[in-house]
Amino acid sequence: MKWFDYAAPVSVGEAVGLLTAHPSARLLAGGTDLLVQLRAGRKETDLVVDAKRIPELNVLHYDPAHGLTLGSAVPCYRIYKDKNVARAYPSLAEVASLIGGTQIQGRASIGGNLCNAAPSADSAPLLIALGATCRVAGPRGSRDVPVEEFCTAPGRTVLQPGELLVSIHLPPPAPHSGSRYLRFIPRNEMDIAVAGVGVEVILENGRFRSARVALAAVAPTPLYVREAGDSLAGSPVDEASIATAAEIARKNARPITDMRGTADYRGHLCGVLTRRALEAAVARARGGN
Amino acid sequence: MHTKVRVQSTINGEPQEFLCEPRQSLLECLRDILGLTGSKEGCNDGNCGACTVILDGRVVTSCLVLGVEAEGSEITTVEGMAKGNKLHPLQQSFLENAALQCGICTPGFLVAAKALLDQQPNPSEDEIRLWLANNLCRCTGYDKIIRAVKQAAEQMQEVNA
Repeated sequence: MKWFDYAAPVSVGEAVGLLTAHPSARLLAGGTDLLVQLRAGRKETDLVVDAKRIPELNVLHYDPAHGLTLGSAVPCYRIYKDKNVARAYPSLAEVASLIGGTQIQGRASIGGNLCNAAPSADSAPLLIALGATCRVAGPRGSRDVPVEEFCTAPGRTVLQPGELLVSIHLPPPAPHSGSRYLRFIPRNEMDIAVAGVGVEVILENGRFRSARVALAAVAPTPLYVREAGDSLAGSPVDEASIATAAEIARKNARPITDMRGTADYRGHLCGVLTRRALEAAVARARGGN
Repeated sequence: MHTKVRVQSTINGEPQEFLCEPRQSLLECLRDILGLTGSKEGCNDGNCGACTVILDGRVVTSCLVLGVEAEGSEITTVEGMAKGNKLHPLQQSFLENAALQCGICTPGFLVAAKALLDQQPNPSEDEIRLWLANNLCRCTGYDKIIRAVKQAAEQMQEVNA
């Protein structure tokens, strides 16, 4: 790795100051993407700013009235070990436990997963489905960005010079709601999604009140497919409604062909995974697991 | 201005102080500065697990930790497993089960398995396999390793019973 300096600020303001003064500075949470990229020369920096001593970036707090505040540097293992998360957002605990392996989960954060902005980021579709927002702080104060608008291209986000992702906010789970993220990978763990689907459904009197569907690894960014969820709103909870939504997800996927799979295969996966994820989310909404 | 950083941490129960460049990984600091060469460099990008250490109670790949991040932390490496000449039950079990050939992956497997047994004394085969998914072995294969971990767990429970 080329030489860089290291700073470990203890407040958001101090971090914003460092990022503003050093345009090439990089924020370090778990380092499981950043250090690999610096070592490979894919990114360069003169200053690494450690996020792990800033309290707001390390918060994991659930409040039934306001939902979950997830600091951007909170490592995956803290998320899936948290009792409130396991109870209120079981699908988030699942996602945190399928990113990388044990060692990676000891360091990697969901915030870092978003900031790395890989199209295949496992956490992004679920966060989009759950209606999560990103709290961004910068030289001109803070702003909130829906997760579906956070990534703008592979490796790129809405973050402007001097800005950093402070935390991610999830609304409290609605009554009779359920969510699920499913991905397809050739092995059982430690792999990158060929395709992934995150969904949330809210049921009411035997019908879908609303639903949200988002896809991974089938577009330059995590992809929110609003039409798929909207097609379910007001529809009966049955095979036909779910098949229609799955078909919309498949049609909206814009995958490329690469070593992980062909475009056709990925599109097909989106249809299958959307159907299965919706079925699983419905089962959860009805009180199953 | 390029200045090295002084880092204080506790490694295998002993207070340690070292001077490193901010760009040096914890693995480099352990091996090249502190002479703790038990942790191995395999892939150097977090996939193989050969450099696994326990950092403040969590297993991590030390190639993906900066040495400067270790300030104030507690680290256990493979060198911290044996007590004098007495091997850790996992080390003994790996020998008895021939759970290694070339041995490069072994320190990482041992440290990762130790962390598992520290928190889950009686893991199922599935739990062992899932926990060790971040450790790669390219010669023995995994069955003997899984067997060795299972046997060590049973022995440690008998001792503690």
